[in-house]
Amino acid sequence: MRITQGCFSFLPDLTDDQISAQIQYCLEKGWAVNIEFTDDPHPRNTYWEMWGLPMFDLRDAAGIMKELAECRRVYGDRYIRISGFDSSHGWESVRISFIVNRPKQEPGFRLERQEDAGRNVRYSTHAYAATRPEGERYGD
Amino acid sequence: MTAVDAIDLRKEFEAVDVASVLAQLDRELIGLTPVKTRIREIASLLLVERIRQKMALATTFPTLHMSFTGNPGTGKTTVALRMAGILHRLGFVRRGHVVSVTRDDLVGQYIGHTAPKTKEILKKAMGGVLFIDEAYYLYRPENERDYGQEAIEILLQVMESQREDLVVILAGYGERMETFFQSNPGFRSRIAHHVDFPDYSDVELLAIAELMLAEQNYRFSPGAREAFIRYIAARKVQPLFSNARSIRNALDRVRLRQANRIVSDLDRILTSDDVMSIEAEDVLASRVFAAAAVASKG
Repeated sequence: MRITQGCFSFLPDLTDDQISAQIQYCLEKGWAVNIEFTDDPHPRNTYWEMWGLPMFDLRDAAGIMKELAECRRVYGDRYIRISGFDSSHGWESVRISFIVNRPKQEPGFRLERQEDAGRNVRYSTHAYAATRPEGERYGD
Repeated sequence: MTAVDAIDLRKEFEAVDVASVLAQLDRELIGLTPVKTRIREIASLLLVERIRQKMALATTFPTLHMSFTGNPGTGKTTVALRMAGILHRLGFVRRGHVVSVTRDDLVGQYIGHTAPKTKEILKKAMGGVLFIDEAYYLYRPENERDYGQEAIEILLQVMESQREDLVVILAGYGERMETFFQSNPGFRSRIAHHVDFPDYSDVELLAIAELMLAEQNYRFSPGAREAFIRYIAARKVQPLFSNARSIRNALDRVRLRQANRIVSDLDRILTSDDVMSIEAEDVLASRVFAAAAVASKG
C-alpha cells in the first residue's frame, strides 16, 4: 500500500528536478528546509527524526539536494520527507511538507476492531512493518 | 535540448548584457589593465562556451575555478564580486552571490569539527561563488595534524564533482599562493584561470583617492591634491603599505582632521563648499610626512 501524506500526496512521486524546484521555492520564501526520516509509517506519527540541522540562509537547492542524496544513501529503505518551516511572526509553523523517499516494499496496515461495551466497535490501524523492531522494518 | 546551427553573436552578446558589467568594471576600478584584459578574455570564452552549449557542441561543463594573486588592497575581492555578476549573467552560476570566507570559517578546532563546517559553507555557496581569502592559510606544513588538510580534501572533491553548482575563487598574496599551489598540486590542476593583480602606480592611487572622495561628496582643493601626491609617494615606501586600502584609511583620517578643523571655529556660517572641500593642511598633518622627514634626515 502506497502511503501518502503532506503536499502533493495525490501526485506520483516527485522526480529529483521537481524536488529541487520545490526546495528552491522554500528557500526563496526564506523558510528553513528540513530533511526528516522515519520507519514508522503510521499517519499519526508526527515525530520523525531529523537528518542534520534545519537548513536556512542557503541560496540554492543544490546543497540540500546533496544532503538528501546523503540521507538516501544511509536511510534509503525508510520514508524521507522534506519540510519548510516559516519562522516569520504569525506563522511560526511548517508551511510545506512532502515525501521524497519511500521503501521499496510497503506492506500497509492491518485494521483492528475492538468489541466494546454495548456492541460498540473501536477501530485502530496497525502498520505491518511496525511489528519488527526499529531499523529492521523495511528491506531484508 | 535541440541543437541550433546559427546564432546571432551580437544578439547573444546583448541578451546576456555582459557589456554593462565590463563597463562598470572599467568605470569603478582604476588601472588593473592586465586584470581587466583577463576578465574580458574569460567573459568572451564563457560567451562562446554558452553558444557552443546551445549548438550542442560543448560536451562538458567548463572548469571555472580561479585564483587571484596580488598584494594587499589591489582589488581582489571587488573583482571577485564582479566576476560573480559576469558568471551569473552568462548562466554559469545559478544565483550569482558571493560567499567570502577565510581559514576560520572552513577549519574546525577539534577532530570531527572541520568536515561539517566546510560542508556548511559549501552548501551556502552552492549556486554562487565561494571566495577564499588568503587561501594558503588552509595548509600549514609545519603541523602535520593540522585540520586544514581535511578542509582542502573536501574542497577539492567538491571542486571536481560539483563544478556546475559552484565556482571557487582562491585569493592571496603572490609568493605565498605559489608555495601553496606547489604543496597542493590538486588545486593547481583544478583551477583554470590564474589572474595576477599588479600594484597601483602613484597616478592610479591618486585617481582612486579622488574617486573615493567623489563617492562621498568630498573633493580636494588644488593645494590638498598637491599634498596628497606627496603623501602617496611618502606612504608607498613605508612598511605595511596596502595600495587602495591604505588610501582609503588615509582618506578616513583626512576627513577626521577636516571635521576637526571645521568644528574648531564655531562662529561662522558654513557653506556646502566648506564641508565638501579638503584643504592642504588636512593632508599635511599626517604622521607619514613626519616619518618621511626623519627618514630623509637619518
